[in-house]
Amino acid sequence: MTVSGATADVSPSPAVAQHGPVAGFGHLLAAEWTKIRSVRSTFWTLIAFVIVTIGFTALISWVTEANWTGPHAAARDATALADPTAIIFGVAVYLGQLTLCVLGALVITSEYSTGVIRASLLAVPRRLPMLLAKVVVFAIVIGILAEIVAFGSFFVGSAILHSRVSVSLSDGGVLRATIGAGLYLTVFGLFAMGIGTLVRATAGAISIAIGVAFLLPILAGLLPDTSFWNHLVGYLPEQAGSLVYLVHITSSQRVLSAWEGFGVLCIWALLALGVGAYLLERRDA
Amino acid sequence: MIEVRDLTKRFGPKVAVDHLSFVVQPGQVTGFLGPNGAGKSTTMRLILGLDRPNSGEATINGRHYAELADPLRTVGALLEAKSVHTGRSARNHLLFLAQTQGLPARRVDEMLDFVGLREVAKKRAGSYSLGMSQRLGVAAALLGDPQVLLLDEPVNGLDPEGVLWIRNLMKQLAGQGKTVLVSSHLMNEMAVTADHIIVIGRGQLLANASTAEVIARGSGRSVLVRTPDADKLTELITAAGGSVVPGHNGGPVDPDDKAPILTVTGVPAARIGELAASASLVLHELTPLLATLEDAFLELTSDHVEFGHRDAAEPVRASDGSVR
Repeated sequence: MTVSGATADVSPSPAVAQHGPVAGFGHLLAAEWTKIRSVRSTFWTLIAFVIVTIGFTALISWVTEANWTGPHAAARDATALADPTAIIFGVAVYLGQLTLCVLGALVITSEYSTGVIRASLLAVPRRLPMLLAKVVVFAIVIGILAEIVAFGSFFVGSAILHSRVSVSLSDGGVLRATIGAGLYLTVFGLFAMGIGTLVRATAGAISIAIGVAFLLPILAGLLPDTSFWNHLVGYLPEQAGSLVYLVHITSSQRVLSAWEGFGVLCIWALLALGVGAYLLERRDA
Repeated sequence: MIEVRDLTKRFGPKVAVDHLSFVVQPGQVTGFLGPNGAGKSTTMRLILGLDRPNSGEATINGRHYAELADPLRTVGALLEAKSVHTGRSARNHLLFLAQTQGLPARRVDEMLDFVGLREVAKKRAGSYSLGMSQRLGVAAALLGDPQVLLLDEPVNGLDPEGVLWIRNLMKQLAGQGKTVLVSSHLMNEMAVTADHIIVIGRGQLLANASTAEVIARGSGRSVLVRTPDADKLTELITAAGGSVVPGHNGGPVDPDDKAPILTVTGVPAARIGELAASASLVLHELTPLLATLEDAFLELTSDHVEFGHRDAAEPVRASDGSVR
């Protein structure tokens, strides 16, 4: 490297001099878009998201189709007949959401772990608009991709299941479930982002988000089937939110409608982001 | 101009910045000195709005940092702690910063050229050497052509070439009428860079004066003299109230040296020259030791060292560099 700068003149640049009005929210969105597209973790987690989600849709659909009326298949076949979307989305979304939990947490915690948060806040000392721009860009990016993946999963799954169960988007609730799968994944990613803003540490944030997405449902399954527990469990983020990508829920643990459940998930995400925003505003960076 | 008024910051029971007040004027390089843990970085973070003060305030050109519209057009900062995503390229780092200020991408390329990072601009910042990282930090600080600059230990760990670059840059920026506040624990670096010096210890203001004044204030102020008439000159200096020690910096004294080195304290260089002239003594060298800024500094901070062994605070140590 040369010392070319040592003698160069630091004259004000015309590029700086001819600036327009004060940078508005559009500029913050542009900056956050540059940030999210310029790190590899975004690319790799999103690749993983597409592969895991569509991959498990294909796998579960194929297993169902290939072992139709096979040994121990009665319950699964019944589910497939009652609600093919449960086969198409159930496991796929359950596992696919983990990749978005990782990305959601990383977009904010990696700013802290690398220290770039300091540069970000020096450039945009109004912390809430900075966070809002980050949320909007993240929501748009994963929202679009999650919907594409949801419809991709549906077409892959329905094509594989075709010989056993016929399911189309025009069937009652199926279009809602497909759109709902994308919405659920997006909002769960935002929930993880809220946790990341709260916790700031990558490992902690990912652990909490995945714990809520992955472990709470398993633990909830162990609880007694009483009205009290069903209501409590029914309002947990994963349990409530997952209703929106299923057509028929047979479980007695169901206490909300599909859109009510999605609304509850949105409230969880807003709560996490809200507390995160409050702390971001108050804490030393 | 940077104004700090009665600024206080506590971390739990520890007071990092203690009712600190000072003003940093434009058009000169202001050195911000203090031992490690004195609160230099915290003060800078408070000025920049990264940390919230418990009381008091800091303003830049009369406004709080958070109130500045497009702050990078007013203030540039180079922090000691890393402020770059290791996985992001230098160009994308500068690009997102430029976008937040509504600056064109052209400005990013200008700054990459200016700091000499054009060729590696697309490589991940994590792969950069310390010198390259520092250049990226400088590019980020100067991106918006700010009037005010805060540099936290900018030469730390740099090679001599990098140190010279930063030093010239700071002088150049101050020469353009900008406000330059640069923190350091390296006294000698400040002696050659700063026009004005603010010294803090344990978060409190210890000195706020021109560099020359701070040096003059140090009692361990010394002058290096080389003369073939060592004995006579020693007599004269002693009579004038000064003290003379053979040799310099504890180095070996050669008894056969025709013009031995003497280290003089308590009498300024000009007075030594006058004394020698009055007795027609020959001087081969007469050098005021600028390194005594270190002594002045150690003396000022002797009671304020946060993590030092206590004997570093003894007055003896203050003249250890030149007098024994």
